[in-house]
Amino acid sequence: MYQPRVARKPYARTQPQSVSKHKKWTLTYLFKRVLFYTLVIALVIFAALPFYWMFITAFKTEHDLYNLKAIPYIFNEPPTLQHMDLLFNRTAFVQWLQNTFVVGGLVVAITLLIAIPAGYALARLAGRYSEPLGIGMFLTYLVPPTLLFIPLSPVVSRLGLQDSLWALVVIYPTFTIPFCTWLMMGFFKAVPIEIEEAALIDGDSRMGALVHVVLPVSLPGIFTIIIFAFTLCVQEFVYALTFISSTANKTITVGVPTDLMRGDLFFWGSLMAAALIAGIPVAIVYNLFLDRFLVGITGGAVR
Amino acid sequence: MANPIGVSRGKGFSNPFEQKQVLGILFMAPAVLYMVAFLGLPFVLAIYFSLTDLTINNLQSGASFIGLENFVELFRDSVFLQALRNTIVFVTSQLLSIILGQLTAFVFMQEFRGKAPARILILLPWAVPIALGVLGWKWMYDSLYSIINWTLRAMHILGPDQWPNWLGAPDLAMISVIIVHAWKAFPFAAVVFLGALTSIPQDIIDAAKVDGAGFLRQMFQINLPIIAPIVSIGLIFSTVFAFTDMSVVWLLTKGGPINSTHVLGSYAFQVGIVSGDIGQGAAISLFLVPILMLAMILVLSAMRRREL
Repeated sequence: MYQPRVARKPYARTQPQSVSKHKKWTLTYLFKRVLFYTLVIALVIFAALPFYWMFITAFKTEHDLYNLKAIPYIFNEPPTLQHMDLLFNRTAFVQWLQNTFVVGGLVVAITLLIAIPAGYALARLAGRYSEPLGIGMFLTYLVPPTLLFIPLSPVVSRLGLQDSLWALVVIYPTFTIPFCTWLMMGFFKAVPIEIEEAALIDGDSRMGALVHVVLPVSLPGIFTIIIFAFTLCVQEFVYALTFISSTANKTITVGVPTDLMRGDLFFWGSLMAAALIAGIPVAIVYNLFLDRFLVGITGGAVR
Repeated sequence: MANPIGVSRGKGFSNPFEQKQVLGILFMAPAVLYMVAFLGLPFVLAIYFSLTDLTINNLQSGASFIGLENFVELFRDSVFLQALRNTIVFVTSQLLSIILGQLTAFVFMQEFRGKAPARILILLPWAVPIALGVLGWKWMYDSLYSIINWTLRAMHILGPDQWPNWLGAPDLAMISVIIVHAWKAFPFAAVVFLGALTSIPQDIIDAAKVDGAGFLRQMFQINLPIIAPIVSIGLIFSTVFAFTDMSVVWLLTKGGPINSTHVLGSYAFQVGIVSGDIGQGAAISLFLVPILMLAMILVLSAMRRREL
């Protein structure tokens, strides 16, 4: 069947512009436009208001924060850096960032070592076992930390890893490996098999072909799983809350909500500053890699 | 699939690493072993622990087997039953994020001014680490300085003497948690819908238009059936994450006030980790399993129905 190659475009874009042009200024058109923009603005406010509130809180003076008479959306007094000062100089925030990077880095290394060969095996070597194995891997991604943290806690303490970053380094790959293996499988499948065969004919071994030919063209894929494994580690909360207890060993997601308060007293300014500093870069990276993530999570269905 | 190259290379003793099967097993083994050791084994342990009276105190001395007593006890525990009910409520409330997500996808199918920045802002809640995003909400729900209350009062929806305590009253606390869950999940639902909708071939849409299908007819009889298998995988994932999540509840209310907002995950944490009753905690978290199985079956069938 003949299919024109104009498909795969959002259909709104392919509608001729003139349709909306000659409709302009009719009442129903205006009404629709107003309704439409109201909807857009409402959605944006719902999504972004907490971030705006975090931002303005992070720079308000204490007096301004706890002033019931003033308008909370604006700076009623000049902005201050006192919360930043508290955060960086009198809390373990920098240490938490460092811990997060250490855990993330080690988990990325483990994930690469395990997920790249596994992804390649699923794409090229496993033959008829490839599909059940791949789907099995994919499904383990559904198993949540809340199911496993309890049985893991006696294991971790038997191993002497309680309150140690190593506990996280060992456990985090259980969610990065399935996801990254699945992604790598997709990347390897997209590599044309001909270039591998050419390398084999030229006398390269299978390992050699993988290292010299396949891996170099899969670098964007490898870069993607590095990013995802790392951000998944940064976002993790439940295991870190379970296994880490001392301030010095906390990661960012646990340190910020559990340590930046004294009894019932929350240091809101510093809390919001910390959440923004750690959260926004992760969010931006996620946005950049959104399409790849979608491929991963929908099992390659959305492309 | 025969590989002529592999065969032709055999000269004398062939290197075992050149054989597809050997290399395949070698490459796959670390991943499978890792998952069995740190995911499969703990799962079996969870079942075993749930049948014992293991606590933080008898870790060394050893626990004894008590059969199903932990489970029997759970059904006499009103907090557990509440947590079970709440979990179901929160999962049902995922509908809210699906509706919001579809609405957002519909908006982003159109061209409008400011689309790019709007897209980034709308994706923020999903992309930010949940433990940090929730903190913003906790401050917005503050009993005294709540920006929500201030705004509602400024709009004269709340009278000057009304001070809703979002996280302090059981019903309001439930609503608060539901709102945060929807906030967290709707951008992802939107992205899934959008990705699926843009992958519908243009000629199908054109054909529908030629045949005179209106907007609703096109949406429900053409678009939705086509995207259903794709979208369902994404939505099952986000539902499972919402269903098993404890971080929103734990950070907002710690299960309070008076245990009214506990979910299975947070209650298992409270009992198994905070109170140290490992056997009982394991029993609670095992109640997640039936739903997980159901989700896995649904994912599998969606994957099978999907056009490759």
